[in-house]
Amino acid sequence: MADKFTPFESKMVPFGVDNIDTDQIIPARFLKTISKDGLGDQLFYDWRYDASGAPKPDFVLNTPEAKTRQILVGGDNFGCGSSREHAPWALTQYGFRAVISTSFADIFKGNSLKNGLLPIVVPKDVHAWLFANPDAVLKVDLSTLTLPDGRTVEFPIDPFSQYCLREGVDELGYILHQEPAIATFEGERMGSLNTLG
Amino acid sequence: MKPRTIIEKVWDSHIVAEKPGAPSLIYIDLHLVHEVTSPQAFAGLRTRGLKVRRPDLTFATVDHSTPTTPRSFPIVDQIAATQVAQLETNAKDFGIPYFGFQSAHQGICHVIGPEQGLTQPGMTVVCGDSHTSTHGAFGALAFGIGTSEVEHVLATQCLLGRRSRTYEVRVDGTLKPGVTAKDIILALIARVGIGGATGCVFEYRGSAIGALSMEERMTVCNMSIEAGARAGLIAPDDTTYEFVAGRKFAPKGADWDAAVARWRQLPTDDGAVYDHTISIDASALEPMITFGTNPGMGISISGAVPDPASMSDPLERDSLIKALKYMDLEAGKPLAGHAIDVVFIGSCTNSRMSDLRAAASVLKGRKVSPKVRVMVVPGSQEIKRQAQAEGLDQIFRDAGAEWREAGCSMCIAMNGDQLQPGQYSVSTSNRNFEGRQGKGGRTFLASPLTAAASAVMGVVTDVRTLL
Repeated sequence: MADKFTPFESKMVPFGVDNIDTDQIIPARFLKTISKDGLGDQLFYDWRYDASGAPKPDFVLNTPEAKTRQILVGGDNFGCGSSREHAPWALTQYGFRAVISTSFADIFKGNSLKNGLLPIVVPKDVHAWLFANPDAVLKVDLSTLTLPDGRTVEFPIDPFSQYCLREGVDELGYILHQEPAIATFEGERMGSLNTLG
Repeated sequence: MKPRTIIEKVWDSHIVAEKPGAPSLIYIDLHLVHEVTSPQAFAGLRTRGLKVRRPDLTFATVDHSTPTTPRSFPIVDQIAATQVAQLETNAKDFGIPYFGFQSAHQGICHVIGPEQGLTQPGMTVVCGDSHTSTHGAFGALAFGIGTSEVEHVLATQCLLGRRSRTYEVRVDGTLKPGVTAKDIILALIARVGIGGATGCVFEYRGSAIGALSMEERMTVCNMSIEAGARAGLIAPDDTTYEFVAGRKFAPKGADWDAAVARWRQLPTDDGAVYDHTISIDASALEPMITFGTNPGMGISISGAVPDPASMSDPLERDSLIKALKYMDLEAGKPLAGHAIDVVFIGSCTNSRMSDLRAAASVLKGRKVSPKVRVMVVPGSQEIKRQAQAEGLDQIFRDAGAEWREAGCSMCIAMNGDQLQPGQYSVSTSNRNFEGRQGKGGRTFLASPLTAAASAVMGVVTDVRTLL
């Protein structure tokens, strides 16, 4: 079972850069690990630390309040590039539970949903409002974002992902239950399936 | 029946189950596994006590964190050595065919799949690597997945997924001398933008695509992800069948004839409708090069670095300003003539025989600039041997370039092959993100011809001046 999603409230960490790629979220040299752990400290490493490894004071994640906030607001096409799932692992280990943007790259979005990190797509005007008001407290539920003035913004999330997050359903468990269909499919295709030796 | 695109045909023929309210369950014909994105997936299998369902449809190799120094030396980086050893253990424990560090067939997973005949038309192919789209060159639906999905495929040979939108990329006309498959794809990404094809699968078609060799088609499909596309493919034709025929894992005899008959049904039906379409005139293309920090920031070699003042969208303008600052480039200036420190010829984009031959054709009888380090990294051990048999290694060495062992190398800079802070490279790889080729390094993406010409001149060079 995966952890069940629970609604939460948080202020935001605004990070107004478009096309933040997964090489920035977690540089490749940290992917030599065989574990999922310890990636939170390496999140945005090359933007976050100087050459000596000291935190850069002007970087958004190094402000005292960033560590207490669970929502990252990024620019358009967040998470593009490499398929590394280390990106959502690093983001969640840092403490984020949602990323808000105007769009997400496909693989990053899928990887995030499998790790309880909500990729929230909002219209441009809402996005601009969030950047102008990063200290506003947002209420995040599975398909809605509620702003302090009471406005509720619905965001697109497919019903199956919503169901998995709400119930803590683990996708692999769900697929394993479809064993009969998989066996039937393989049986029917055996004649034409390319067997690899 | 409604006319369908090849994208829909391959998808439809792999649906295992469809239930209301859930994504489709899709069967995977080939799963390529490498050392970086798989250890946590195998750990997951062990925790649950699961086996690999179809080790015969799974194939493992080491490429990302492996050194390209002579194989007689051990892997010095102990963290990388542990990761490589872990894949070896996993392959052995779960019964997966494996080309290890010392194998005569080791190579970049997207190079060896086609090389061994593992990649075939009409297949679904996945790998924990976004450049899996390379295999689309064979008319396979091939896409990158995360580590959770690697675990799903290992355990069930299936994935949950949704149909992507279809995106037709028509490329007609004849390429001019000095202009290559790499320039087609860089031009496409510059037009569509780095996120322009999110949610889509490209089908590349048209006379210029039909005229490409399989290796060139792989270069085009390889970079589909750099426009945001989930995959990119090319319908199989006689060029495809000639390439696949006789390879180790290709069907043989009557099975081959039956397979080709099946594959001939794959191309898009007349009258099929795409969700999006774009057309590119191949005859109007020039050699392309990127100037910025994502692959969509590309220009013709004769063009100038764009000016942020000309951008209307404030976030786009900020992105360009940030990119030019990182690259330390001046808006409005040409890139040609800009000094470089390193040339990297390799990666799953451009490390195959035709790429090495192209680079060698420029380097033959010339010397690389004394100011430039030039690394040539073949995509696989088989390519390395073939290149040596043709004497290409000697051409590279005589010119002053390094001839190295197979792997991803400086494309991802995980294995010690990397740029130093501030250095500029012309690279035949696929990503120019900040720090991608080494922290603080600056990458110009281009074709093997452009890379070789730049190596000789020591500055970004229009290869047509050397032809």
